[in-house]
Amino acid sequence: MSEKQSKRIISLLMENAPGALSRVVGLFSQRGYNIETLNVAPTDDASLSRLTLTTIGSEHNIEQITKNLNKLIDVVKLVDLTEGSHIERELMLVKVKATGALREEVKRCVDIFRGQIVDVTSTVYTIQIVGASDKLDAFVQAVSDAQILEVVRSGVSGIARGEKVLSL
Amino acid sequence: MEMLSGGDMLVRSLQDQGVEYVFGYPGGSALHIYDAIFRNKAVKHILVRHEQAATHAADGYARVTGKAGVVLVTSGPGATNAITGIATAYMDSTPMVVISGQVPSEKIGEDAFQETDMVGVSRPIVKHSFLVKDPAEIPEIVKKAFYIAETGRPGPVVIDVPKDVTSPAETFPYEYPKKVKIRSYFPAEKGHSGQIKKAIQLLLEARRPVIYSGGGVVLGDASKQLRELARKLNYPVTNTLMGLGAFPGTDKQFLGMLGMHGTFEANTAMHHADVILAIGARFDDRVTNTPEKFCPGAKIIHIDIDPASISKTIQADIPIVGSVQSVLNEMLELLAQSKESPDEQALADWWQQIEDWRGRHGLYTKNRFEETGQIKPQEVIQALHEVTGGDAIITSDVGQHQMFTAQYYHFNRPRQWVNSGGLGTMGFGLPAAMGAQFAERDQQVVCVTGEGSIQMCIQELSTCTQYHLPVKIICLNNQALGMVRQWQDLHYDGRYSESLYEESLPDFEKLMEAYGHVGIKVTERSELKSKLEECFAMKDRVVFMDIYVDQSEHVYPMQVAPNGAMRDMWLSKTERT
Repeated sequence: MSEKQSKRIISLLMENAPGALSRVVGLFSQRGYNIETLNVAPTDDASLSRLTLTTIGSEHNIEQITKNLNKLIDVVKLVDLTEGSHIERELMLVKVKATGALREEVKRCVDIFRGQIVDVTSTVYTIQIVGASDKLDAFVQAVSDAQILEVVRSGVSGIARGEKVLSL
Repeated sequence: MEMLSGGDMLVRSLQDQGVEYVFGYPGGSALHIYDAIFRNKAVKHILVRHEQAATHAADGYARVTGKAGVVLVTSGPGATNAITGIATAYMDSTPMVVISGQVPSEKIGEDAFQETDMVGVSRPIVKHSFLVKDPAEIPEIVKKAFYIAETGRPGPVVIDVPKDVTSPAETFPYEYPKKVKIRSYFPAEKGHSGQIKKAIQLLLEARRPVIYSGGGVVLGDASKQLRELARKLNYPVTNTLMGLGAFPGTDKQFLGMLGMHGTFEANTAMHHADVILAIGARFDDRVTNTPEKFCPGAKIIHIDIDPASISKTIQADIPIVGSVQSVLNEMLELLAQSKESPDEQALADWWQQIEDWRGRHGLYTKNRFEETGQIKPQEVIQALHEVTGGDAIITSDVGQHQMFTAQYYHFNRPRQWVNSGGLGTMGFGLPAAMGAQFAERDQQVVCVTGEGSIQMCIQELSTCTQYHLPVKIICLNNQALGMVRQWQDLHYDGRYSESLYEESLPDFEKLMEAYGHVGIKVTERSELKSKLEECFAMKDRVVFMDIYVDQSEHVYPMQVAPNGAMRDMWLSKTERT
């Protein structure tokens, strides 16, 4: 069993029912797996929620995680998006102290990362960035000269490229 | 269409599901349901003395019949008292449906009297759970609960029912669904044919094969197929603690139990095997010893209905997900068509080797204990086997007596041996024996226990009185928590921290008398057999045999841990492999 750790994006459809989310989340703590990010919302089918989580583990861990998730009665379908080519997106809102010379520099940085400044005061920028998680990490790194007041990230959501769909 | 209240629908659904017995205990939130039970004539309610016992009794009933055991408890403490029994059922994959009363819907979350989030508390130890929101859903939820509990890898299902949902004030059209479909639940049935072919090929090429079969063979009713396969190939068979009885314990192809307290021959044969056929077994840590050292030369075929059990601790070379019965049937068909057969010479050599191991230690062929001094616990089980003709349904509690029973009562049929293997729940034995006795009214049911375990559910002696359950209780009384004491001998230089009862044990004879039962104390070897015969002659009474046994006795073999392989064992206090 390989012990090499890798990051995985597991996306699943589950019953939009009370208790379903706690079963998924509970499974992770119960079996000692990690959740790095978690994102849940309803889908076009009102009876289903789409849950996407990222986790880090060995091949063996990931296999056990997907098997155990599949065993949950509330989990209808599941895919490990990292097994194929896929699109990964995360949204981040960052509040940064922006005064003096830094004001221009932060603005330039936001442009480079194709982000938007969505709220402005005389001393603070609120910035929105969308992208893969590592791009968001890179932005936080890039503006580290400015004082970051608050970071809010949505957690990863993802979808497979091409014809492949996760639906009933 | 018939109009029924929520409470009546619930009980009627149980009736239409074919439920014979409900093991339970009433209380505030469950009173509408209990009123419906009062009206219903088909479903018999068994009043236990503690909710934990309700779950163990339902568990015993389920293990003997193969049908889901049913439990009814009230909210709060009723529900939490049931938790240990639900966890026990979960670990051993027992089909069970637990109905818990809940505070009225509008009070949920208000810290109401006797409120507990039962769905939340039970979540990690159930196969699934339901919180009923609308009385109209009751028949379908009950049907689904039984379907989930009894199919695939079985397990406990909780139905939490708020009191208002069972109110007699309102009625609803009642119809019990004939079939139920759950869009996200498709238990495995047939195995992958290509994998099964590969498995047969590997099996036929084996030179040192072992069939390692577990509780799945009992649960999946595949004992017949296992026996046929083993006969056909003439391969040695070992059973896990949960699998005992699936292959006859007195058969010459049987190596005995494997694992921590498995036989020398079973553990050694596993270690040297080149092909292991694992059937409905889960490579539990009490079987494998150190996983990295597990059976170094073996290719592993693993058949299991639960994909998550495959390659969980030990990587399978040929995984087969499917019901063991279906997969074994397919294997038998393939074998019947196959022109190949195992290498006779290799197999003969392998059996020669195994017979040699068997002769050297011989847990099964000679006495491994000396018949001197105090009565030895092992000889009690041997005598029990003799007096009951090896035919009784045996339940046990947890500890040394459990292991001695597993080793020395040679179970010949599945569902004859009922014990808490996974969770290791002390207090399981007596209530499980009650459930078993309800399941098989004409069978001799025996609970083998210790003076420690029995006191964890001893209140059920009163339930035995109420329902005239003539179970026999064989208590191996060593005045200590025997297994704890054994570990303290082996790993803590004999510091018996809190494992001795000093002079505090009750007079069990008098206690039995108080409950209207019979207690017999045995201290002399010479009277062991005759007293046991006396006990079993009292067909319609509960008899408690308080048998004083040697406190210093240990369970052997015992695998060396940590860092031992399958074959590394203590064979006695002084011999090591």
